[in-house]
Amino acid sequence: MAAVMNSLPAKPSASALPAHGRTVALGVLAFAVLAVVGFFSPKWLTFLITMAAANGLVSLGIVCLMRGGVVPFGQGMVFAIGGYTAALMFNKLGFTDALGLPLAGGLVAVLIAAPFAPLLSRYRGIFFAMLTLALSMVTYGLLMKLDMLGGSDGFNVGRPTLLGQKLPDARVGYILYLVTLGVATVMGLLARVYFDSTRGLVTLAVRENELRVEYLGGSVRQAMAINFVLAAFCGGLGGALVVMSLGHIEPNFSFWTTSGEFVFVAILAGWQSVAAVFVASTVLEVVRSFSSAYFPNTWQLALGLFLLFVIRFLPKGIGSLWTKGSTK
Amino acid sequence: MNEVFTILIDGLTYASWLFIVALGLTLVFGVLKILNIAHGSFYALGAYAAASFVGWGASMQWAPAYSLVAMLLAAVVVAAVVAPLTERGLLRFFYGRDEVLLVLVTYAMFLILEDVTKLVWGANPYYVSEPYSLFGNVHVGVQTWVGYDFALVALAVVVGLLVWWGLNRTRQGKVMLAVIHSAEIAASMGVNVSRVYMLAFSVGIFLAALGGAFTAPMISVQPGVSVGVIIVSFAVVIIGGLGSIEGAAVGALIVGLARSLAVHTAPVAELFSIYIVMAVVLMFRPEGLFQRTQARKI
Amino acid sequence: MTALLEARGVNKRFGAVVAAADIDISIAAGERVSLIGSNGAGKTTFVNMITGYLKPDEGRITLDGRDITPLAPRAITRLGVARSFQIPQLYGDLSVLDNMLVANACHDQALSFWQPARRASALDRADALLERFRLAEHRERRVAELPGGIRKLLDIAMALTAAPKLLLLDEPTSGVSAEEKFPMMETIMSALGQEAMTVLFVEHDMDIVERYASRVVAFYSGRIIADGVPGEALATDDVRRYVTGELLQE
Repeated sequence: MAAVMNSLPAKPSASALPAHGRTVALGVLAFAVLAVVGFFSPKWLTFLITMAAANGLVSLGIVCLMRGGVVPFGQGMVFAIGGYTAALMFNKLGFTDALGLPLAGGLVAVLIAAPFAPLLSRYRGIFFAMLTLALSMVTYGLLMKLDMLGGSDGFNVGRPTLLGQKLPDARVGYILYLVTLGVATVMGLLARVYFDSTRGLVTLAVRENELRVEYLGGSVRQAMAINFVLAAFCGGLGGALVVMSLGHIEPNFSFWTTSGEFVFVAILAGWQSVAAVFVASTVLEVVRSFSSAYFPNTWQLALGLFLLFVIRFLPKGIGSLWTKGSTK
Repeated sequence: MNEVFTILIDGLTYASWLFIVALGLTLVFGVLKILNIAHGSFYALGAYAAASFVGWGASMQWAPAYSLVAMLLAAVVVAAVVAPLTERGLLRFFYGRDEVLLVLVTYAMFLILEDVTKLVWGANPYYVSEPYSLFGNVHVGVQTWVGYDFALVALAVVVGLLVWWGLNRTRQGKVMLAVIHSAEIAASMGVNVSRVYMLAFSVGIFLAALGGAFTAPMISVQPGVSVGVIIVSFAVVIIGGLGSIEGAAVGALIVGLARSLAVHTAPVAELFSIYIVMAVVLMFRPEGLFQRTQARKI
Repeated sequence: MTALLEARGVNKRFGAVVAAADIDISIAAGERVSLIGSNGAGKTTFVNMITGYLKPDEGRITLDGRDITPLAPRAITRLGVARSFQIPQLYGDLSVLDNMLVANACHDQALSFWQPARRASALDRADALLERFRLAEHRERRVAELPGGIRKLLDIAMALTAAPKLLLLDEPTSGVSAEEKFPMMETIMSALGQEAMTVLFVEHDMDIVERYASRVVAFYSGRIIADGVPGEALATDDVRRYVTGELLQE
């Protein structure tokens, strides 16, 4: 499943549509398999995978930017915006649809992040990382202090509905699991199409040689601004999905350590394969859950060592393990 | 008028320990070109070590004044033990790689040290309150301040001057300045760049630990301390300019005053005032106030 | 015959160094002009000013009558100017084909979020160019692993993707071994021959200049010291003294 969901065949086809058709088919298959598996799984497992998929979306956004050569250290900002949008719409506006809330989260995140896109598109390296970090910490500070947004404790969110239907107690976890996986699958496929598109290829070029891109007639700033906006949408989507399943939102969503975890997943995954992002996100969730339960003082140690291992020996991420060649 | 005075003094005291810590951060960046996320972790190690050393001193019935020596010793021990381990055992395998990659390596270090600290000292908070009353109280106008806070300011000034003198007036320091300008050229002139890296990193860690050790009496030393410190230190070095000593001083003052202003006049802004300044500086003068490095911009 | 490219009164200094002094030149469409001169004479500075990387201190540069002096490299590229680089500016991690597709995508006015980079029209154009430059056999190879001569050819092929009106080649045969130079230039020129294109190429090898240039412009200390057909320009005293070294300088 993973192997095909990400690389186009080496031989070019007359039209890429059949290849994308195959990717879509495999994506749908993967979703179907997971849906069945989830039906028979214990609640803690479906919850874990739900969190992995939702968090994975945020890291997918980071991958969009990493393909262009920058690493954002402040995705917590859009993650929190998406989450708070969903939470506030639920509590204050009575809007509770499980499909509408993530969409709203993504759109509001884009609205708030978009004005910063032209500015951020001019930065690279440490300064890009620091500026995104600063913005996310400003957001954190605001969220902590604004009591109308719940202050430092945040607030709880009730159970969403789906297309007008109330969700039964016994099945709400599974339904949200399906919704989250569905959104993740759709976004993953869209991401794959985008990465393979002309704009996606220009992004890769920006990563390696910006000067040549400009000399070939391409716009580096436009490419990076667009990637930033796309990452914001993914982040907001993920934030809303997390809030729906978690039932709670708090300012910590925007704290730099949260952003750090999303970066960790993106580094672990690499930017070659979309599926790798979700696999890596699942790995993080598994390590987090099991370590918290059995070795509460060592899960960060495990993550740190794991990260060092990946940086040293798998610099292109785990996706490079199954992606053919070095393109894409 | 009293209000202004209070704000200034509060800002100054906050800026003093921040300067010591940020100085270490900016020095490490200047020499090794590494922006060290784990810098806050070394601060925490210094604080914990100070808690332990002061505790031992107290249990052996030493006079309270010895706690100052204990705190200094704590910083020295942390630097002497952790610096070689980290630099030789880990960082040097990544020298020359992309600067953001190195940040990620230090992020991994931060994660590891968070748990190492918890494993060694446990998760419960430590209180090192004995030294805090060593300098009595100071009355300025109608306000009363703890003398220790002013002692910290004095320490910051001493540290700043020592580092400046060390860099600009000693031979080793000038060699370090050469490496700051260009490690490659320095190496081709026979400088043992590895040794300079080691030294700079050790001094950097020492400064972080020193800041931690001497701030320990003012805070509760517990897991998570490093998390807040690093982010404020980043703000300072970005505002002041990466790699600049004057920048660390001015940056610390700006951050200290911004925070103090917010706390006293607009508490809502307390947490984000610092980061707004950081963001604004990044937007308009990304190299910081005292330019050393170029911000890569299109 | 209206000039394609014109430079009038162009001056450029870097501190005390005069990189360009009163450059006046007019290049017509279809010409194959070789820029010669010793290192530091001002050839590359001139090329950089045409492509917008540097701005002249004084003077104007026009393309098809339009003032391009203040424009950024990207804008100038879009007006029909393309260049290759002395040190090939390629995407080492990508394949030869993908490099060509990058050039294609950058030049494309209608960038897409979903149109595959590897669609038929792009592949056809890329393959056609790779054929002309004899690079087809390296199509799938990773660029970082390729030898210097191939990389130079790819660099030029990428510049051609945009079907430019004016092509600037910066030392196309530099870094290439002696016996490879002519075959390489042959490949380049025959590849270009099929397009009605104006070419400026910076070159140090006089044999190549004599064989492939319809006009020679010689630089020295930022000034143009000779301008004409190769037979005449290369025979002038100035050129023989300051460029080819045949006459010793006093």
